[in-house]
Amino acid sequence: MNVLDIIKPENQVFCKTKLMTDTALSYCPGCGHGTAHNLAMEVIDEMGISEDTIGVAPVGCSVLAYDFMNIDITQAAHGRAPAVATAIARTWPEKYVFTYQGDGDLAAIGTAETIHACNRGENIVIIFVNNGIYGMTGGQMAPTTLEGMVSSTSPYGREIKSMGSPLKMTELVANLPGVYYVTRQSVHTHKHARKAKKAIQKAFENTRLKKGLSFVEIVSNCNSGWKMTPNDANIWMEEHMFPYFPLGDIKVDGKLK
Amino acid sequence: MSELKLMKGNEALAEAAIRAGADAYFGYPITPQSEVIEYLMTEQPEKRTGMVVLQAESEIAAINMVYGAASTGKKVMTSSSSPGISLKLEGISYLAGAELPAVIVNVVRGGPGLGTIQPSQADYFQSVKGGGHGDYKLYVLAPASVQEMSDFVEDAFDIAFKYRAPVLILSDGLIGQMMEKVQLKDQKTRLTNEELIEKYGNWAVTGRKNRERNIITSLDLQSEKMEARVHRLMKKYEQMEKEDLRYEKILCDDADYLIVAYGSSARISQKAIELARKKGIKAGLLRPITLFPYPKQPLFELADQVKGILSVELNAGQMIEDVKLSVEHKVPVEHFGRTGGIIHTPEEVLEALEQKIINNERTRHHKTRESSIL
Repeated sequence: MNVLDIIKPENQVFCKTKLMTDTALSYCPGCGHGTAHNLAMEVIDEMGISEDTIGVAPVGCSVLAYDFMNIDITQAAHGRAPAVATAIARTWPEKYVFTYQGDGDLAAIGTAETIHACNRGENIVIIFVNNGIYGMTGGQMAPTTLEGMVSSTSPYGREIKSMGSPLKMTELVANLPGVYYVTRQSVHTHKHARKAKKAIQKAFENTRLKKGLSFVEIVSNCNSGWKMTPNDANIWMEEHMFPYFPLGDIKVDGKLK
Repeated sequence: MSELKLMKGNEALAEAAIRAGADAYFGYPITPQSEVIEYLMTEQPEKRTGMVVLQAESEIAAINMVYGAASTGKKVMTSSSSPGISLKLEGISYLAGAELPAVIVNVVRGGPGLGTIQPSQADYFQSVKGGGHGDYKLYVLAPASVQEMSDFVEDAFDIAFKYRAPVLILSDGLIGQMMEKVQLKDQKTRLTNEELIEKYGNWAVTGRKNRERNIITSLDLQSEKMEARVHRLMKKYEQMEKEDLRYEKILCDDADYLIVAYGSSARISQKAIELARKKGIKAGLLRPITLFPYPKQPLFELADQVKGILSVELNAGQMIEDVKLSVEHKVPVEHFGRTGGIIHTPEEVLEALEQKIINNERTRHHKTRESSIL
């Protein structure tokens, strides 16, 4: 069979996500951010809400999210995305507002903004990409860095006694009454990515139904920061990150699982 | 219908925000400005005009809420007092960098640190010399009465949207707390979302409908682009200096001696020059209404006429630097001001004018000194 007979529109099984721009991603090869971006943009496209969605980009690796996502985006100061999103959702209640934040942004410097936006039950979606490290600044210890994990600021491994335990922000916010939906997903395999997409879809549906805050954590990798090959990073993530940050729904329709 | 009311400065400011057609206010309590959010929460402007009022978890959250609403083209305001403004400075720098319109109010108290809850003008440097990081300036309005606390809100919004830049109303605990009669402006209608998109859709993030996407950011990783952004900001500031400088001259025409003072110090100094005139001293007052842009040229010109200048400020000597820069050493310039929350009296100001300027050797021999320099 001639290859041109196969390349026909009716045989197409996948194409570039419509809401992703043609700008080359700035992420390292193997990084989960690209997939997480794609999933969010697929959901927004499929729900037909791209003209009514306002995104809030963080400080961190995904600071340039606005270069890749073809929607209106404002870029917040480090950790403050939930406060920025709060004001947008309050002054434009008919819009879909989401933040896209990493673990340093959301769980360290932005802890107060995160907890209080969650506690007020703002009608927004928070997408929280947790890779246990500060990627952008070169691999420093994050609040989510695992015990014993080596980073440039925990060169002998994270020691609980002096550095505290890795923070489970997702479990913490799940206990707040204003939070309607909390789930933890990953995007490192097709199967996981499909589940994560469903979770993101549910989150945006909650916004449509004005249910309050939806919180989607995506446990991800950082092969550059972890100093591993992309594949080794994914295996390490499954073996070490998932036991501490178990995947699955934590709160659905306002009820803790 | 405009109304005449007896109000506290902070309340007049809050009411003016509603009447200016503001879309949102985000704040956090701190003495001596808490009446702003208390008034708004009591008044429930959401019912009157649809204006959103929210008590944030911190000053930091409040200024970032301002950033969020401003990103979408909404008319948004926050207020605080000195320590709270220090916390907001990161967000203010972002607002300037991202070129967003917003109104920030500082009802100044004494510092540094937790300082005192009493009035002060010790945040002059912070207000006009940047405060936050990077190459930016704020347009700074300094009200000297409860009436101006009310009037300047709409003026501040107009400037903020004219330049797409944050504007600071620099008040203090005295003007914030004191009661005076105030003529309130008529209620302005808030823009509908459709009107807002029509006006600001070329930059605001309102949802990418029938246009390319809008992006609000202060980040430019390419140095050339960042430099272009800084140059763009500098052009705005130049235009502000040309078009929107505000100041007031009181009894300056025949003045031999000049007091420069803003805000509550200007009110006190106005009384002081009246007392001086009764004693036969020809004293005048130049009141900068905007602290940036600063009335450099009027001061430069007055320096040819007067024998000496006293900069009267409720601080240890901050604005005096701008007075000196403006007059370019043409006349002696001295500072007088109480600190720690103590408010100087008109008598103290007059005494300082006499001691530091009129009876100053340098002032008395100034004309000779000047000719020897020339």
